[in-house]
Amino acid sequence: MLKRVARTVVTTAGLLLLWQAVVMLSAAPPFILPPPLTVAVALVDNMALLSRHAVVTVAEILLGFFIGCALGLLSALTMLRFGVARRWLLPLLVVSQALPVFAVAPLLMLWLGYGMTSKVVMAVLIIYFPVTAAAYDGLRRTRAEWLDLAAVMGAGEMAVLRRIRLPAALPSIASGARIAAAVAPIGAVVGEWVGAGAGLGYLMLHAVGRMTADLMFAALAVLAALAVAFYFLVDVLFRRALHWQEDAVNPGKLAEQKPT
Amino acid sequence: MTPSPAPAPSPGIRLRGVGVRYGGDTVLASLNMDLPGGRWTCLLGASGGGKTTLVRRIAGLTHGAALSGGIDADDNAALGGRIAYMAQSHMLLPWLSVEDNVALGSRLRGEAVQRNRVDALLGGVGLAGERNKLPRTLSGGMGQRVALARTLYENRALNLLDEPFSKLDAITRHRIQNLALQLLRGKTVLLVTHDPLEAIRLGHRLYVMAGRPARVRELQLPGLPPRDLGDAGVAKLSQQLLEELAGGRTC
Repeated sequence: MLKRVARTVVTTAGLLLLWQAVVMLSAAPPFILPPPLTVAVALVDNMALLSRHAVVTVAEILLGFFIGCALGLLSALTMLRFGVARRWLLPLLVVSQALPVFAVAPLLMLWLGYGMTSKVVMAVLIIYFPVTAAAYDGLRRTRAEWLDLAAVMGAGEMAVLRRIRLPAALPSIASGARIAAAVAPIGAVVGEWVGAGAGLGYLMLHAVGRMTADLMFAALAVLAALAVAFYFLVDVLFRRALHWQEDAVNPGKLAEQKPT
Repeated sequence: MTPSPAPAPSPGIRLRGVGVRYGGDTVLASLNMDLPGGRWTCLLGASGGGKTTLVRRIAGLTHGAALSGGIDADDNAALGGRIAYMAQSHMLLPWLSVEDNVALGSRLRGEAVQRNRVDALLGGVGLAGERNKLPRTLSGGMGQRVALARTLYENRALNLLDEPFSKLDAITRHRIQNLALQLLRGKTVLLVTHDPLEAIRLGHRLYVMAGRPARVRELQLPGLPPRDLGDAGVAKLSQQLLEELAGGRTC
């Protein structure tokens, strides 16, 4: 753990130094590329403004993530249970993915307005496919012998789903949710770029327009920090839930478990 | 104290003209067998000979196969819900602890878990200390013992055991066999094995399976199980069986 922290500190410091070096060597004006220190000052000075917009973006990311994951899981379950849904929904899903979601963004603004709804829908749209695909794949590939065992034991369909299919699919669902956690911020910010009155994406565009690059970088830094924190939170939660799984990359790392 | 009602006697199972065909591959054809009620029937045969297919047929797990013949209980009641099945692989759920795996049947049926039954069974198979462990931390033999405990926990009239002792070392095997004999007393048991000694030691009745499509032949066993493996007759029978299995001359 300590080593991991140390590695992160070293990497961050290295990148900041590189940034500073580029600023000094290229002699770029501060409205094009502000040095790290200026950005840090802007970050502190605009804390209230940044946090006000960050709250909006975070809300969009979280809502998009949860609605997208819930819809994806629901669709996967529906496809698992009903052959009709499988035959009709699967092609639709593939088409929805072939369509560049960003191209739909202006339409969403048009239909849903400049408020939060259009951004949440944007995030949901890009999350929906990977979550559905991953969850469906996991649910479909329950080991036949476990299902046989449950059948002989006289388990009902719901019990099989809850006690066997869902836990067995959890590793796949986790992969889908990790991807969702990584792309949800993209959806929210793209939505804000197309048209919004609040949010970090809006603030960035606004700052660029007013040539205040230091504020733009500060907003970017906040967004990056939030996105990374969110991804790691989701990752840690699923790792906890999947403690029973063999970790092929780090064998033995998560081996000993507290009694449940 | 009200006396608990005497458990219903375990039914005998009749197999008449049983056949299983996967596509063009006939695994079993017109097989006749009788599993006497409350007794151990051993099914002996070389690996890949159709023993598991037969067990799965009785358990109702032959998905996608063409079936023929009939399997019924001699009390004329349906078999569904009266079978416990232990497959060759232990099939433990990796996200459940050892004790939760043992009580899986209760959980799947939405019944209350019988804690003291779990305790007794885990103690019996010598895994009381591993109750909170996850399956992946167990050895193959330990996993098999958990699977046996899970099967015994079901407390069913008909028990289908597909090579339940194959991964145990000789000493543990002897002990676990005795435990199974004791806990499955009065139950109808079909034990599948490729070990002649095990079949002779444990079976009231012995069928030998061979050929493709597989045929079975009943072999008379002297006395009652558990038989003493030091007995000269037993040793001779086992030798004879081994040679038969090796030569494939059973019919």
